[in-house]
Amino acid sequence: MSIPSGSAWIDKSASGMARYNLSRGVNWGRFSVIAVPGLWLGIFFFIPFLVVFKISLSESAIAVPPYSAMLEWDLEEAYATFKLNFGNYLYLFEDTFYLDAYISSVKIASISTFFTLIVGFPIAYLIARSKPSMRVVLLSLVILPFWTSFLLRVYAWMGFLKKNGIVNEFLLSTGIIDQPLVMLQTDFAVYIGIVYTYLPFMILPLYTALEKMDLTLLEAAEDLGSRPYQSFFLVTLPLAVPGIIAGCLLVFIPAVGEFVIPALLGGSDTLMIGRVLWDEFFLNRDWPMASAVAIVMLVVLVLPVMLIRNAQGKEEAHS
Amino acid sequence: MKRRSLFLTITASMGFVFLYAPIIALIVYSFNKSKLVTVWGGWSLKWYSELFKNQQIIDAALVSLKIALVSASLAVVLGTMAGFVLSRMGRFRGKMILSGWITAPLIMPEVITGLSLLLLFVAMEGMFGWPAGRGTGTVIIAHTTFCMAYVAVIVQSRLASMDETLEEAAMDLGAKPSTLFFLVTLPLIAPALISGWLLSFTLSLDDLVIASFVSGPGNSTLPMVIFSKVRLGVTPEVNALATIMIAIVAIGVLAAMYQMRRQTKLSSNQE
Repeated sequence: MSIPSGSAWIDKSASGMARYNLSRGVNWGRFSVIAVPGLWLGIFFFIPFLVVFKISLSESAIAVPPYSAMLEWDLEEAYATFKLNFGNYLYLFEDTFYLDAYISSVKIASISTFFTLIVGFPIAYLIARSKPSMRVVLLSLVILPFWTSFLLRVYAWMGFLKKNGIVNEFLLSTGIIDQPLVMLQTDFAVYIGIVYTYLPFMILPLYTALEKMDLTLLEAAEDLGSRPYQSFFLVTLPLAVPGIIAGCLLVFIPAVGEFVIPALLGGSDTLMIGRVLWDEFFLNRDWPMASAVAIVMLVVLVLPVMLIRNAQGKEEAHS
Repeated sequence: MKRRSLFLTITASMGFVFLYAPIIALIVYSFNKSKLVTVWGGWSLKWYSELFKNQQIIDAALVSLKIALVSASLAVVLGTMAGFVLSRMGRFRGKMILSGWITAPLIMPEVITGLSLLLLFVAMEGMFGWPAGRGTGTVIIAHTTFCMAYVAVIVQSRLASMDETLEEAAMDLGAKPSTLFFLVTLPLIAPALISGWLLSFTLSLDDLVIASFVSGPGNSTLPMVIFSKVRLGVTPEVNALATIMIAIVAIGVLAAMYQMRRQTKLSSNQE
């Protein structure tokens, strides 16, 4: 495409920010910048899913690796048999255990996300309304735990919630309860664990949304006779909606596939799909079944989230 | 107005207490003399000396540090390239798919990433004989793959918010793409690369699930050792380890905060 030199600015806007696309012919520098991460992700991100899909269609076998080959060559007869086994998927739908696990994961993740919002909102609001010099300090206080080990933060709650743990000792000594509460190894502990570990993910987008808010709108509402709680629900909350959506997604997505929190804080009856996959793989050593669980998880839980995110991204690009 | 702000202060302070109470309890109990975690037996450094005598934990910590150093560095190189693909490469065939691949690891459940990489490594070993067995190498590949997504997003947002006129000026003055990158763009995005490296390092050091899938026998990372200890209950040694790790992070974050405050002061003075 030849463009007269006088309209070079059109060229720039047409090609977006393609400023590294300078020379004519094959541009090896540009090519390799695209090809290197492309190849890496193709091999180590995309192809693995094809392998998982393939193995999910094979049968479990006592062998190394523990699954049957899908393609079998019979050299004497010179033909190949191609075996597809949908048994794993049928089993997934027949045994309600798996369906229950998917539903229970979504339930636990949704409830925890809601409570993360309830706990995170006042903190985000306080930070957004404090002096700029205080904001840096408070934000660092919110981010600091995020930089420390996730595993150790979950572990910290074990010492807090167990039968003779700190919370029970405190409540017993003050006489609020006369018998220790069972908190560890319950769904309650899992909710706390998720709220605790993902709180920064909720606070940061909320803060960004609240900080951008035009405070004169609140003054206007007040002048027009709105009570504080009215202005909160009619002005502040609607303006914070983008932050609320972003924060909820950031918490819900990792929470739904969580393994560590239900494994350490949950009871044996706390069903979460990440844990089911882990047990299928490490305890039952049933690789094809674990693969089938992963594929269904991908289709049912990950794809919808990706589509929502895509739609959001497009909306932002339009506005 | 006054009453609501009191309500806000109380709820937000409760939030901060919620954030810090378990960490503070963990630190305090790491200095507990008694083996019973909830019974206070006086101050002691006993568990720290136990910790440094525990060869299993020290070996695992060294394995984890090695993996984190290598994979964070690889992730910065690949992630920077990916960030450029997202924001500076214009259009090309397959861009939609590649952008999807770049950001997808961010929302992929760890169990799926771990399982799929392990199955890939097993299949590859069957076909080409590489990687022969699993160990640090396979964990490094896995960590690089999911960390580069974070670096790519950080670099992309830095590139998007950057003053483009500097790059344009360099180009008008005849800089070649490589010169432009190393003399102009790279110094400008350096802060993003540093935070991307630090984030990758932390994520790699912290990962339990993916490493459990792709590492081989005898190459347990620190989180894997901690997890197997902690599964059986609370142990004072792990409290001591946690305290050391929290102290290192706290010093780092405080230093960064100090630096940031000084810089904002400097720039406001210049204005």
